[in-house]
Amino acid sequence: MSVKTSASAAIIEAVNISKSFGPVPVLFSVSMDVREGEVHALIGENGAGKSTLMKILSGFHDPTSGQIRLDGRQTALPPNGAAEKLGIVLIHQELNLAEQMTVEENVFLGREKRSNGFLDRAAMRHNVQKYLDEIGLDIAPTDRISDLTIAQKQMVEIVKAVSRNARILIMDEPTAVLTEEETEVFFRQVQKLKESGVGIVFVSHKLNEVKAIADRVTILRDGQWIDTRPSQDLTPDTMAQMMVGRELSDLYPPMNEADVDAELVLEVKNLRAPGIDTVSFGLRKGEILGFSGLIGSGRTAVFEAICGLTPIESGEIKLFGRDTGPMTVAQARDVGLAYLTKDRKEKGLLLDKKMRPNLTLFALPKFVRKFSIDRKAEDDALARAIRRFDVRARDADIVVGKLSGGNQQKLLLAKIMECDPKIVIIDEPTRGIDVGTKQQIYHFIAALAAEGVSVVVISSEMPEIIGICHRVVVMREGHITGILTGDHINENEIMRYAAGLKREELL
Amino acid sequence: MTMMTASEDNAAKSAKRFSVDFKTLGPALALLILCIIGFLLNPAFVSEGNLTNLLTRSAFIGIIAVGATFVITAGGIDLSVGSMAAAISGVMIMNNAVETLGTGVPTVLLGCGLAILLGIGAGWINGALTTKGKIEAFIVTLGTMGIYRSLVTYFADGGTLSLNFEIRGTYRPVYYDSFLGLPFPVWVFIGVAICGWLLLNRTAFGRYCTAIGSNEAVAKYSAINVDRVKTLTYVIQGLCVSFATIIYVPRLGSASASTGVLWELEAIAAVIIGGTVLKGGYGRIGGTILGALILTTIGNILNFTDVISNYLNGTMQGLIIIVAVLLQRSDWKLGKSGKS
Repeated sequence: MSVKTSASAAIIEAVNISKSFGPVPVLFSVSMDVREGEVHALIGENGAGKSTLMKILSGFHDPTSGQIRLDGRQTALPPNGAAEKLGIVLIHQELNLAEQMTVEENVFLGREKRSNGFLDRAAMRHNVQKYLDEIGLDIAPTDRISDLTIAQKQMVEIVKAVSRNARILIMDEPTAVLTEEETEVFFRQVQKLKESGVGIVFVSHKLNEVKAIADRVTILRDGQWIDTRPSQDLTPDTMAQMMVGRELSDLYPPMNEADVDAELVLEVKNLRAPGIDTVSFGLRKGEILGFSGLIGSGRTAVFEAICGLTPIESGEIKLFGRDTGPMTVAQARDVGLAYLTKDRKEKGLLLDKKMRPNLTLFALPKFVRKFSIDRKAEDDALARAIRRFDVRARDADIVVGKLSGGNQQKLLLAKIMECDPKIVIIDEPTRGIDVGTKQQIYHFIAALAAEGVSVVVISSEMPEIIGICHRVVVMREGHITGILTGDHINENEIMRYAAGLKREELL
Repeated sequence: MTMMTASEDNAAKSAKRFSVDFKTLGPALALLILCIIGFLLNPAFVSEGNLTNLLTRSAFIGIIAVGATFVITAGGIDLSVGSMAAAISGVMIMNNAVETLGTGVPTVLLGCGLAILLGIGAGWINGALTTKGKIEAFIVTLGTMGIYRSLVTYFADGGTLSLNFEIRGTYRPVYYDSFLGLPFPVWVFIGVAICGWLLLNRTAFGRYCTAIGSNEAVAKYSAINVDRVKTLTYVIQGLCVSFATIIYVPRLGSASASTGVLWELEAIAAVIIGGTVLKGGYGRIGGTILGALILTTIGNILNFTDVISNYLNGTMQGLIIIVAVLLQRSDWKLGKSGKS
């Protein structure tokens, strides 16, 4: 395959790159180039090989075959981030900052300015301030990283990269954890960087953003290069189709009408807990209830309190018509209430363990026979879960941390479902996963509801709330500001409640 | 260049496979090599008398280390075990029931019961301070280490507490007598080891310990009562200390400020040599037992030969610990590069 590039401007080129991990091939002769002052989006489903390609472009992996050309010359990139010296910086999804140190210390970490053997703090601070001003970031060089928001931390990473004269900035899902406003700010910075000639590679599952910010888009599927096109030739729909290789008309399953007379399985009255104030709502059998609102509006806090993860200050919780006092997580599980965290890496799965102990951890008492764990039952459960949730792992003995995000999410879902809950709360069901897996998860949620399980979906992605929920609760600053049904469930309406422009008088 | 990378990849992979095997078998291999060295240096090393002696001596550290395996697997640490053993033996020896119960078995049994209660209580204190008090385990047990140690000094008034001579007669068989050719302490060791292995590897409790050590937040979100499980690991540790103390007291029949000094470090060393990860999440009882045997064997071999001074026992033990961890470390690294 000959690669056509507008040779003059390409800073880095990957030519016919293949990569195998042991016997498992993950990239097949993929080519991509990044030009000066362009934003080049890299999209594909989980496991398509995006991360591997990014790591090859930044020297963290060696290609099994193929070439990397830097400024037209074949180069073997130095390993372990040393490619930064060549101006190629990879910003990991898990940010790489020393939490307890200040912005200034982080930016200059490892190449501190000195005068007479002592740190020249004044010069460094001045320098960092200059960068912060340039990028329009409203924080001080002396702020501690742990006090910053995620978006600000990301900016600090970028400042760090810029201060090292980055020519190529490779970012792994930079917007995954940002709110919409933060994303806008972020994009303004990207625009500035672009104007200064930096080539930017960015991976995202949010195709609208890709459309908005990228100049060119490269699509990978199953380790194969599918296409590289200018973004004006693509729509989010065509991108999604090229990623999965099939029509995605039915991303959301057909919605079953909710039975408005079904019994109330969960009634919450005047619940007060850390971060939430007098919250009241009800959930019916077989209903999919959406919880929308800005990040930090208390959606997660409501259900962490109900499920016994955080203490309740006051209020009344009725499950299946019976009053429950404050419960422990185990008690909640035993009555059929399960919460699936949005933070699957920190709170959801044991990344250094295999699939089996992860799957059965939540419902472990179920697997105990005569005081010991029934391994046979565990193995059967794993086989069942892999079938039911379509978990794809290279082999069953792989540690969970090595699974792709989508497969981790499916495993986490399987783990929670292992206790056969009657009420499931799913927090950000599709964060950081690809379109194909999203579709599977939506269909799974709909099927659960059809079986009579009640599902609460907490989500910051408005389309999925609108696409799958029967009713939507909107929260703002710890309060419920509105409960929407039917035609009222639309982006406009939700936004107005979430932003505090509109407020229902609730009993 | 490309070929080279491919073969490097393969090399890394086969090295990983090899070291995984090595990791499981490592401590066993090390013990075997030590035994061969011992035999070559002095054939008397494998005499029945010496082997029995070796097993008996490793029983104390071994039993305590089984408890430490639970604490460490769940992400904790217990520095107080040596002092706890000293305090418990002190209380056992001061047992004042001689006047009412005589010098027979009841008094000894009372002492043993007391020891077990004390062990459980001391362990619970460590656990509760760590979980409910939300203090680092290292700090809590550093504190209780000092407290328990000074208690025995206080009881003994700075000197030595000695066991009543006649009770010593009654109690002596617990250390010195054998059953089916194995001394009692070895039987206790075997019993504790089997129970510990079953508990860690076959029960929900063991799985919970591993989960907590691996990621406490995940454990909490998985409906595990983290505080209770963690406290229980310290209680198990305390129980193990009291078992070890019960078989240790008749050996010397006395307790002083120097009883059980550095046992905590030997126990932790045995756990680490055995392949349990110090930061938690991964425990091996079998490895711990091998670790305890390795530590005792080193001392034993040094006693048997003049090649290295017996006074360098600590040096040899220290070297073994460092080498063991280095081997595990390189293994982790390979595992990581395998991922990337």
